[in-house]
Amino acid sequence: MNGNGTNAEPEIRIGVFVCDCGLNIAGVVDTVAVAEYAKTLPDVVVVQGNKYTCADPGQNEIKRAIKEHNLNRVVVASCTPKIHEHTFRTCVAEAGLNPYLMEMANIREHCSWVHQQEKQPATRKAMDLVRSSVNRARLLQPQVEPTFPVTQAALVIGGGVAGIQAALDFADTGHQVYLVEKEPSIGGIMAAIDKTYPTMDCSI
Amino acid sequence: MMDVGRHPRIKLLTNSEVENVTGFVGNFQVSVRKKTRYIDEDACTACSECEVVCPVVVPDEYQEGFSSRKAIYIPFPQAVPSSYVLDMDNCLGTNPIACGKCADACDKDCIDYDMEDEHFDLEVGTITLATGMQPYDPTEMDEYGYTRFENVITSMEFERLICAGGPVEGHFVRPTDRKTPKSVAFIQCVGSRSVNRGVPYCSNICCMNTVKDTLLLQDHYPDLQSKVFYMDIRSFGKGFEDLYRRSKEVGVQYIRGLPGNIEEDPVTQNLYLTAENTLTGKVTTHEVDMVVLAVGLVPRQDSELIRQMLTLSPTSDGFVMEAHPKLKPVDAPTRGVYFAGCVEAPKDIKDSVTQASAAVARANILLNAGEVKIEAITSVIHEEECNYCGRCVRVCPFHAITPANKKAGLYPKVVEAACSGCGTCAAECTTDCISMRHFEDAQYYAQVDAILAEDPMEKIVAFACNWCSYAGGDNAGTSRLQYPHNVRLVRTMCSGRVDEDFIMHAFRKGAPLVLVSGCHFSDCHYIDAVTWTQQRIEKTWDKLEKMGIRPERLQLEWISAAEGQKFARVMRELEELRRRVTKEEVDNTMRILSNGFKTATKKAATKRVAAVIS
Repeated sequence: MNGNGTNAEPEIRIGVFVCDCGLNIAGVVDTVAVAEYAKTLPDVVVVQGNKYTCADPGQNEIKRAIKEHNLNRVVVASCTPKIHEHTFRTCVAEAGLNPYLMEMANIREHCSWVHQQEKQPATRKAMDLVRSSVNRARLLQPQVEPTFPVTQAALVIGGGVAGIQAALDFADTGHQVYLVEKEPSIGGIMAAIDKTYPTMDCSI
Repeated sequence: MMDVGRHPRIKLLTNSEVENVTGFVGNFQVSVRKKTRYIDEDACTACSECEVVCPVVVPDEYQEGFSSRKAIYIPFPQAVPSSYVLDMDNCLGTNPIACGKCADACDKDCIDYDMEDEHFDLEVGTITLATGMQPYDPTEMDEYGYTRFENVITSMEFERLICAGGPVEGHFVRPTDRKTPKSVAFIQCVGSRSVNRGVPYCSNICCMNTVKDTLLLQDHYPDLQSKVFYMDIRSFGKGFEDLYRRSKEVGVQYIRGLPGNIEEDPVTQNLYLTAENTLTGKVTTHEVDMVVLAVGLVPRQDSELIRQMLTLSPTSDGFVMEAHPKLKPVDAPTRGVYFAGCVEAPKDIKDSVTQASAAVARANILLNAGEVKIEAITSVIHEEECNYCGRCVRVCPFHAITPANKKAGLYPKVVEAACSGCGTCAAECTTDCISMRHFEDAQYYAQVDAILAEDPMEKIVAFACNWCSYAGGDNAGTSRLQYPHNVRLVRTMCSGRVDEDFIMHAFRKGAPLVLVSGCHFSDCHYIDAVTWTQQRIEKTWDKLEKMGIRPERLQLEWISAAEGQKFARVMRELEELRRRVTKEEVDNTMRILSNGFKTATKKAATKRVAAVIS
């Protein structure tokens, strides 16, 4: 599988995907120029522009390119990773690439949206951000997320109204619960209240 | 409460405290001390024979001291477990010659003066923290005379006086003459919403609690006049405004303005409150029989220890900080830990119950999955370069690195599941033998190199933490806040990851200005990792100065995810600073750094990645 070898990596093959995001990016940044520029960067073997990279057609192009060009790194120049890192990690994984071999360049929130009146400098900045991401992508390594078993028991600390509800819910969903309360009885402050709003009924 | 006591899957440990927590998400080991109650709680039938013969009388905490209990007592009639407890601090002694009356009286032989504390070692997958809050103690607000006038009581004391199970069986009387008052004043926001005394926040429940109290009084004593002195009545919840309206309809007076002080008539023990009604502008003195202080809710004073055990931070108000205030309100930053109730913030019963169910639903995701996956951004210690200094162990906010032992040849070890990937250890490591998976030193150098490859004089290199500052930049973008184009952000999970060498590398490559930006201290997603950021930057400033490089060229800012405005402002300020840096200055810096400054530490990391960098 591409990109899953650790030591014997023959050749870095990066695909760069530059997103227009409709006019959100392309309205300010010259995405065609950014894509042309990306072709000149080291280890970049294919560059594609998409109207919306996150939409299905855009994602399909990434998957197709990974297979056609034998890509082992992917750089998506689009929005903030806080929105779509998961999307594109899943996308490349579906094409057989380790999800940690995908890198993003944020040319929307950190570029086109904040330099709307400065189209040329914004385009140059987008190129810088792509270059930075490509340079980082060249050094990315596949990662395996470690897994651990989960002990099937819950601890609830505090036996007031919240702790009581939590303990009952855990127990009713089939789990063993330990409820630890500092005082000699559960009930907490709720137990000292006479009637409670908005129902005006008894607390205990 | 009863359901908890009899549920087959709930092990109830009362009179108990958590003493230690180790392990990590899905795999916590918890040791609990169950303090002895000197009574076999399973055998006790709460028959009260022991209590009858006990000669010791002390104030009853449950009844707010309005009545008394014995040294052997049941906390309240509906207590769960339904068992007596012996208050050894007040007991006359375990020596049978001294007393021993209760043991003689107990038919079931439940009482054992030699009973010892028990220890339990629990293995659990998740921990839900529901340690609650405590009511504000109004003693410091002496103008209200809580400690001077007996007829000034708190809202918690009111609850006991109005309760049928209380010391006066619900016949509401005032303490001095035990007569039902004809008028009662409620003072709101006692301890709340004050920057000088008490707490600055709104305690959430006091308005509606007072509305409820006035309705109870009205119900019991239709002729009683209640007056409520308030700043704002916050009746924002479902059904709340209805209740407030009902309270006004039955004749409760709401006066917008808090009394400046309370005075007592020494003969009648009636109380005089002088307050300005801010709606009419009139200052009036009100005579009432009794005053109830609607006290706010404050964090528990004994919560520090458990917070440390679970590596949790307080927010500025002292309650625990969530993983995200909006999107993960019941998750702790420590994975596998959840919050329910007032430990997170003051809230009423409905919200506490809702949050508890939410916490369980979140925790059940973990339990039901059966296994837990950790994002592959954890730290890795390269033992061959480690010198056992132990710095990584000390700086780790999550105690995720086990201590080194040079004599035994034991290197520090990263508990992968407990590591959150902040990278503080990697940045602080004295031999640079720690790397972060997916956030390697070499990857940062590569990014900085790329940013400064063309026109470096035009660029500002900004290291921004993922959670706050990078997100603050996103916020500026979403809000379309315009700022100069010269800044280039480099994302780190935490500002604590920013190695001094990253900064020096940027200067070495010709950066006129470098920014390190992280979360505000109270927002740090890695507990207190930002404190290491601050210390490191301060050291770097000193170092720069000694080398003849202007420290102002390294900037440090705290920007939260919500502070798009601040982000944009800082970017504008940085650009001003950048313009003042001359080409000669940068050339000089590059010369200084390429000649004189090369840390030993950088070599190790460079060596490890040399194979990959072209």
